[in-house]
Amino acid sequence: MALDSSPGDPSRKNWMGILARASETDLENFWQLHGQEEDYDFLRRPEIGLVMVQGRAGGTGGRFNLGEMTVTRCSVRLSDGTVGHAYIAGRNQRHAELAAAFDALLQNPERQEEIEDTVITPLQKRHQQGRDDRSKKAAATKVDFYTMVRGED
Amino acid sequence: MYVAVKGGEKAIDNAHKYLAEERRGATDVAELSLSQISEQLSHAVSRVMAEGSLYDKDLAALAIKQARGDLIEAIFLIRAYRTTLPRFGYSAPLDTSEMDLDRRISATFKDLPGGQVLGPTFDYTHRLLDFALAAEGLEPQKAEAAEAPLDEEVPRVLELLNAEGLIEQSAPADYDDTAPVGDLTREPLEFPADRDLRLQNLARGDEGFILALGYSTQRGYARNHAFVGEVRLGDVTVEVIPEELGFAIEIGDITITECETVNQFQGSKTAPAQFTRGYGLAFGHSERKVISMALVDRALRCHELGEDQVAPVQDDEFVLSHSDNIQATGFVEHIKLPHYVDFQSELELVRRLRRNAEDNIREAAE
Repeated sequence: MALDSSPGDPSRKNWMGILARASETDLENFWQLHGQEEDYDFLRRPEIGLVMVQGRAGGTGGRFNLGEMTVTRCSVRLSDGTVGHAYIAGRNQRHAELAAAFDALLQNPERQEEIEDTVITPLQKRHQQGRDDRSKKAAATKVDFYTMVRGED
Repeated sequence: MYVAVKGGEKAIDNAHKYLAEERRGATDVAELSLSQISEQLSHAVSRVMAEGSLYDKDLAALAIKQARGDLIEAIFLIRAYRTTLPRFGYSAPLDTSEMDLDRRISATFKDLPGGQVLGPTFDYTHRLLDFALAAEGLEPQKAEAAEAPLDEEVPRVLELLNAEGLIEQSAPADYDDTAPVGDLTREPLEFPADRDLRLQNLARGDEGFILALGYSTQRGYARNHAFVGEVRLGDVTVEVIPEELGFAIEIGDITITECETVNQFQGSKTAPAQFTRGYGLAFGHSERKVISMALVDRALRCHELGEDQVAPVQDDEFVLSHSDNIQATGFVEHIKLPHYVDFQSELELVRRLRRNAEDNIREAAE
């Protein structure tokens, strides 16, 4: 794992989160554009499993096990030895594979800026746009209270 | 006792073929797609995810289709499926304070930071059948959109009370966040059960059962006078720390519903009066479930809060042993399966008792 970023790298955490939320179609299209030249093999083929989701009593108190969710993970190695990982919600194996491949590609200092600009930033914007659109619909249902005057005076 | 019987293979095969045909229904009616179920029957999907204890909308939709809309049967299918998958690990605890909200209401404060956000709710509808929905091909109604999204900061309602010291803390003073968390999918329940196990059990428990028990608290059985401090619906990020990475990554967002209740206060000569809390959390849009869960959670805290146990809803063994609809339906429904040998012995016993009684009567008469 010579080219693995340092643990806790905030930008890596960010791009992995963006890749996990992307659609398979988007990642497939971006891979055609930016990754086609790359060869990779599997360290771990896409594998479907479960993660036990924890909550906290009262939202902020003691932990408890809420229930499980399906997760797919995958690890790939580029021809230069860089290793990419992916953990994504759901059972889309191709999505996990492409997310792992992009994670590897993004660790290459020569490619990082380009991929951040052309793949990660647009995906992030699209995700943020979706969140904002949804939030605006919720905001339209916010109650405006008005007080009625009761009695005399 | 259930004794295996042989025979009937042909009948069983044919029954299953008949079931498949009935499931499909009239073939001149279009077949349901899974995306139709997950998009248009989203509350059914939520319930199957919550009580199946597995968040996966597509699988829930498949289970609902296969079960012909029998949600407990669908939950059964999901529970069975999950046993076929390996568990990669545990998530970091969800940070529900950071949810992307679709809905957030409080019954305790009218004006509060972040506001009352109704979201996509059945509340305030007139519960009149809408025959317009019976007609197909209508232009779908569009949601209005405000100029700006909701406030970034929407503080928890109960923390507003907490800031004034008017409510108990969400965790006891001696709580250790590194202590192992109980998991009833790994170890059988033992009683008395701690709150972590109780919440896990209630989160996957039958909505109808939890609803009825919650209702019983309102009707006076273990009355604890609840207000809904807050209900939240929205998407929350799930983080895991994969071993190979050693740092937390986001794997996606899930939709959850959360309810916090503000309950009957407690105080004494030495401790000033404070409100207490109940908590409900479930996968999907499951509002009825989480409000009921919060009521039951609060009732089950009776020992911790020094209250007398006087009602079924306060009895953890009673509540937690009967909340699981898969265990319940398994045991209730199994009595329809062949019990021929069992019954034969009972039949023989009754005949013998009757014979003995008749003999006694005859002897007495002679």
